[in-house]
Amino acid sequence: MSIAAKFEIEYLQYLDQDGKETGKELPAFAKDLDHMVELYKLMVSTRVFDAKSIALQRTGKLGTYASCLGHEAAHVGIGSAMRREDSLAVSYREYGAQLYRGVKPREVYTYWGGDERGNDFADAPAHDFAWCVPIGTQCLHAAGSALAFKIRKEARVAVCTIGDGGSSKGDFYGAINVAGAQQLPMVAVIVNNQWAISVPRRIQSGSGTLAQKGIAAGLPCIQVDGNDIIAVRAAMEIALERARSGQGASVIEAVTYRLGDHTTADDARRYRGEQEVKDAWERDPIPRLRKWLEGKGKWDETKEEAWKAECDDWMDNEVNAYLETKNQPATAMFDYLYAELPADLEAQREIVASLDRTS
Amino acid sequence: MAQITLIEAVTQALAYEMRNDESVVVLGEDVGVNGGVFRATQGLQEQFGEMRVIDTPLDEATIAGLTIGLAVQGMKPVAEAQFEGFIYPMMEHIACHAARMRNRTRGRMTVPAVWRAPWGGGIRAPEHHSEANEHLFTNIPGLRVVMPSSPARAYGLLLAAIRDPDPVIFFEPKRIYRQYKEEVPDDGEALPLDVCFVLRDGTDVTLVTWGAQVKECLEAADELAQKGISAEVIDVATLTPLDFDTIAESVTKTGRCVIVHEAPKTAGFGAEIAARLAEECLYSLLAPVQRVTGFDTHIPLFRLEMKYLPSVERIVEAAERTLAAS
Repeated sequence: MSIAAKFEIEYLQYLDQDGKETGKELPAFAKDLDHMVELYKLMVSTRVFDAKSIALQRTGKLGTYASCLGHEAAHVGIGSAMRREDSLAVSYREYGAQLYRGVKPREVYTYWGGDERGNDFADAPAHDFAWCVPIGTQCLHAAGSALAFKIRKEARVAVCTIGDGGSSKGDFYGAINVAGAQQLPMVAVIVNNQWAISVPRRIQSGSGTLAQKGIAAGLPCIQVDGNDIIAVRAAMEIALERARSGQGASVIEAVTYRLGDHTTADDARRYRGEQEVKDAWERDPIPRLRKWLEGKGKWDETKEEAWKAECDDWMDNEVNAYLETKNQPATAMFDYLYAELPADLEAQREIVASLDRTS
Repeated sequence: MAQITLIEAVTQALAYEMRNDESVVVLGEDVGVNGGVFRATQGLQEQFGEMRVIDTPLDEATIAGLTIGLAVQGMKPVAEAQFEGFIYPMMEHIACHAARMRNRTRGRMTVPAVWRAPWGGGIRAPEHHSEANEHLFTNIPGLRVVMPSSPARAYGLLLAAIRDPDPVIFFEPKRIYRQYKEEVPDDGEALPLDVCFVLRDGTDVTLVTWGAQVKECLEAADELAQKGISAEVIDVATLTPLDFDTIAESVTKTGRCVIVHEAPKTAGFGAEIAARLAEECLYSLLAPVQRVTGFDTHIPLFRLEMKYLPSVERIVEAAERTLAAS
């Protein structure tokens, strides 16, 4: 038999679910323990932020919200590996990456609270995309961004994140396909949290790993333990460097678990068993990093309590800023539609302006 | 000065703006070495290289999504949909992202891009190559939908579309790509968007149309003139945002209106113009507004397609009906 092609997919893990090193030599960033503490702190603050968001929704102060519970290592790992000049195109729950890049909790609240101004990031890079609800489309926006960087010969990388469900979409295949064909500076990260609302990974795709979807696009691919931030960050660093140095795109599959509901409008108990979720909590990314840092003498209960209190204050401050935000004038629905309001829309805008005056 | 066709005017405008603005790039299927299946991008890759005239993989969603990414990051992409019948996989990106990016980010991100697509029937093409589907885009806020009807307007409007800071769908009536030539100076002068062009003055009836039907309407106006009927002909050119004032002014003067388009009748863009006339000009009307359109069927394969497209005869008849009414 002659073989036309064969492939293998590396699996990367540095910390097991108990926070023990697997024996693989740690990458340079992981030897900087102060930096690892910073990453841990952001994972914790992301979780505090997420809990606050759900509480806001449950008390009627937020619309539907997509939780990131359980994805903290994957998301912070992605965001912390990138440079500011790189561009991030997310779906809608990658807050850990976004907070690292300067998105404010109040902006997340503003968006899910029904106000477009949440997408107008104040401190995060202006070239980072806003949340993208139409599944998978952001992958092609990242590919287009990467093409712009390549045309202008800029040493920048476009990163997109997508779920296991999203990796079934043509847009995902289209993006990695053109990235391979054009050697684009792009990194596509499949954050495989096992569930696309109610559809499990098992019936999402017959592909043995989701990472290997990149093989058909001619891209280097790797599967990592998405609950091990060292593995996520290490794979990201390699892929970003590859892209930045003109060697093209990569696909990373970060295997994690959606510990919460799909959104606050979902009830995951309808379609998945308690035992599965209980088992997934054993792989929670936060305790394993904490145990590892405690073993290195860099973290303890006192620090944990102090940091959580600090996070609570931060989020309270963000929540207050959000709750104090006044509505936009209703005419805002016209004012950003075009660079200049077309004359034919002036009469409609005037109707809306009169609603503002009478309410 | 050379006389050029509408398709050559498209090429001339693309080349001018690529020389004028290095952020302009062209992308699509077969736009590079092959110069596009209609030759709209003929010679551009030789002049501007593979990084500015980009042959993409054969996936329309990919083209549309790349276009958005390029535009958001500061380029001015001009994407080609090879035929309007292949534009549907692009629509999610156009409707969900291009049209709303500025609005949903409160102006932080914008999509200054153009989607060009050969449009309409009458060239004996295979199935899915002859659609008139502009009305599917005119209902999407945040877009401009533009259709030229002559070489000069193709040049001037395409330059304007590329320079516009918002996304533009630029439908090129392929039936008149090579129908006639006219002088089009390569002077980089854009024509205004968002305005109708009054191509012929008249006093008895207003013929409102766009794209390839402009020619039939002008011919109908000639025939009507021989019968002593003075028809005004308006080329809408930018469908949305609509310059309704020009149409209203004309219909207020003539009291009669015939709207002519190739797309199916029901919920075609003519319905919008008729509704606006009913809302804003009813008391100036001397006769019911008439529509001469494609029928509410799929455009037939080419043996019957000319029976489907509005003809001079049908336009003249409709105009005469408005005259008979009052």
